[in-house]
Amino acid sequence: MRVALFATCLVDTVAPQVAMATARLLERLGHEVVVPAGQACCGQMHVNTGYRREAVPIVANHVRAFAGAEAVVSPSGSCVASIHHQQAMVLRRAGEEELAAEAEALAGRTYELSQFLVDVLGVTDVGAYYPHRVTYHPTCHSLRLLRVGDRPLQLLRAVRGLTLVELPAAEQCCGFGGTFSLKNADTSTAMLTDKMANVLSTHAEVCTAGDASCLMHIGGGLSRLRSGTRTVHLAEILASTEDAVSPQQTTRPAVSA
Amino acid sequence: MTTTPQDLHTDQTSLAPGAPRSGTTFLGLPTAPRGVGHLRGDRSFPEAARDALRDGQLRANLGHATSTIRAKRAKVVGEVPDWEQLRQAGKALKTATMARLDELLVQLEEQVTARGGTVHWARDADEANAIVTRLVQATGADEVVKVKSMATQEIGLNEALEDAGITAHETDLAELIVQLGDDAPSHILVPAIHKNRAEIREIFLRTMPQFQGPDADRELPDEPRRLAMAARTHLRERFLRARVAISGANFAVAETGTLAVVESEGNGRMCLTLPQTLITVMGIEKLVPTWRDLEVFLQLLPRSSTGERMNPYTSMWTGVTPGDGPQEFHLVLLDNGRTAVLADEVGREALHCIRCSACLNVCPVYERTGGHSYGSVYPGPIGAVLSPQLTGVEDNASLPYASSLCGACYDACPVAIDIPSILVHLRAEHVEAQERTTPEAATFRALATAMSHPWLWRLTQRAAGLGRFLARGKPTMPPVLPPPASSWTRSRDLPTPPRETFTQAWAREHGGRS
Repeated sequence: MRVALFATCLVDTVAPQVAMATARLLERLGHEVVVPAGQACCGQMHVNTGYRREAVPIVANHVRAFAGAEAVVSPSGSCVASIHHQQAMVLRRAGEEELAAEAEALAGRTYELSQFLVDVLGVTDVGAYYPHRVTYHPTCHSLRLLRVGDRPLQLLRAVRGLTLVELPAAEQCCGFGGTFSLKNADTSTAMLTDKMANVLSTHAEVCTAGDASCLMHIGGGLSRLRSGTRTVHLAEILASTEDAVSPQQTTRPAVSA
Repeated sequence: MTTTPQDLHTDQTSLAPGAPRSGTTFLGLPTAPRGVGHLRGDRSFPEAARDALRDGQLRANLGHATSTIRAKRAKVVGEVPDWEQLRQAGKALKTATMARLDELLVQLEEQVTARGGTVHWARDADEANAIVTRLVQATGADEVVKVKSMATQEIGLNEALEDAGITAHETDLAELIVQLGDDAPSHILVPAIHKNRAEIREIFLRTMPQFQGPDADRELPDEPRRLAMAARTHLRERFLRARVAISGANFAVAETGTLAVVESEGNGRMCLTLPQTLITVMGIEKLVPTWRDLEVFLQLLPRSSTGERMNPYTSMWTGVTPGDGPQEFHLVLLDNGRTAVLADEVGREALHCIRCSACLNVCPVYERTGGHSYGSVYPGPIGAVLSPQLTGVEDNASLPYASSLCGACYDACPVAIDIPSILVHLRAEHVEAQERTTPEAATFRALATAMSHPWLWRLTQRAAGLGRFLARGKPTMPPVLPPPASSWTRSRDLPTPPRETFTQAWAREHGGRS
């Protein structure tokens, strides 16, 4: 299958290894990956902060960039959720009916990584090898807007060498919430502290999730505390193989940009 | 002065001259007036939350209480196989009711009047307080007993009565704790959720007449049963001498004129049956069209609120029954900004709320900040969408942002109110209400321009990448950065931007354009 990769603005700019891992993984599974050059952002940050009018051209750009794609895959639950639940609504409100219909059709062909692997490709064992103790945080938008359910766990359970440990109070938000983390930094930090306490209680080396944004939040907190536990995106774990294992792997993800 | 339901639709002039006002909203409908009631805080949410978060006792009390109620709720909701259908039925009933609220309110008035009650229409908190005060004064009573009621907390009725020399005794155990402690409620269902047993014991010992005086037995262990017994002794005397009771209502049935109060303790039942005069203050959104509709809500409410299959007391009354219960019944229908909420196509769903507080108990923000941080009697997720709409968004502008949009509230809501979507909508209403360009708006507009022009976006990304020079080769940025980045870096490391973005790396690998 020819798969268009939507890296998302955040991953593209600050966590390129996550998009690269997604591409490598899909290629390894025998699919052609294209990266439409016109892509930028889904518009979620603008919509969720109250700038829905300003989001209109951003969404329009997204729809233009991915026009004609057979399937779009993105390593982000919240961006895919925004594509599914917000894009057409924002366009309709601005009177852009035609574009809204296109956005809706595009949303129908857009998948979060774990959903694409399990539901569309029908695989749970992607041939990955990752010899680490890992705990999984189900991010809010993957959990409650996309309802990815246990798909990421199915994928993780099939990874060779990986020890999966259950995260207590897993379904509680990590406190990121986009601009919430800045506008309500104290409350956000209080939520993060509890999330970190739960992550650390598992004695996992790695906390993983399907959203680079939430991981940047949790990872930023764990790093500030010099906890030694790090965050690694699900795509990076699934992209790792025996070939990529190196002495550095305990400190660095197997796939670099 | 009273309004008629017709006014609710056509009114443009709203309040009496000189009355405090907060302006009007979409379609010129009046919002809840300033200077009365408890819908606005004196500080923004982030400021109030900062102090609350430092209160370790509060955090322990809330963490314990909310996790206990969450577990109870999850258990009893889990045993109902058609819970999702029930939720959708509740939502559909509320939507249908709101669509013809004007007709149904008139029908309710006709039914209540036909059965010996009197209906009063209150445009806002000031009018409602004036009506109730006048009604109490007409009985000659200088004290009233009260059933737990959010509407009367919203309008500040106790303070209004006090100004008129009338003492209001709260009889709900938690409301009593709050009143005796000279405190404010912090939860819709459990107003004293922020207090633990030891704190409650201290309040009782300090304030209840039975523990005062040289001969008083001050033996009071902090066991729930003993605390409840002390409250019972305190209240029983007041129930027996009260001539007037004031209540809210959980539901009113338009078809029959029946009012319903759902409670756990039986104190409400005492108030609703013993006094001669009963005055009920009810928000206009509490209606259901028919008796049969209660079937849905009386299943949804107790499981969602207290986590019980059925609440211990459900009291229903229709007008006046000669020789049985209150012989005088007044129903005060309160608008106080509700019609303005109804005028907002997205926000009106907030009026479907049945005040169960399930959304508070599952909210990670509420669990940590507590209810007082919201500054309104309606805290938590539902408060964050209801309070700003009742007052006008600008009077509660920080509340729609008091959420990480995690969506737990929407999942828990027994009438499926899409709270996250309303929060996002109200954020936009706030942004669009600004007359001057804020620094934030300028940033978001510039970003929007960049994100809608790929070449400009690539340039912006490269500029952001220059931030790596500040890191001087370290994997994270310096912890001290200027605002707004400082809000992040005060408690979290920020990764150093990579030398190359993903799209750059991909283009390099794949020879220019992909």
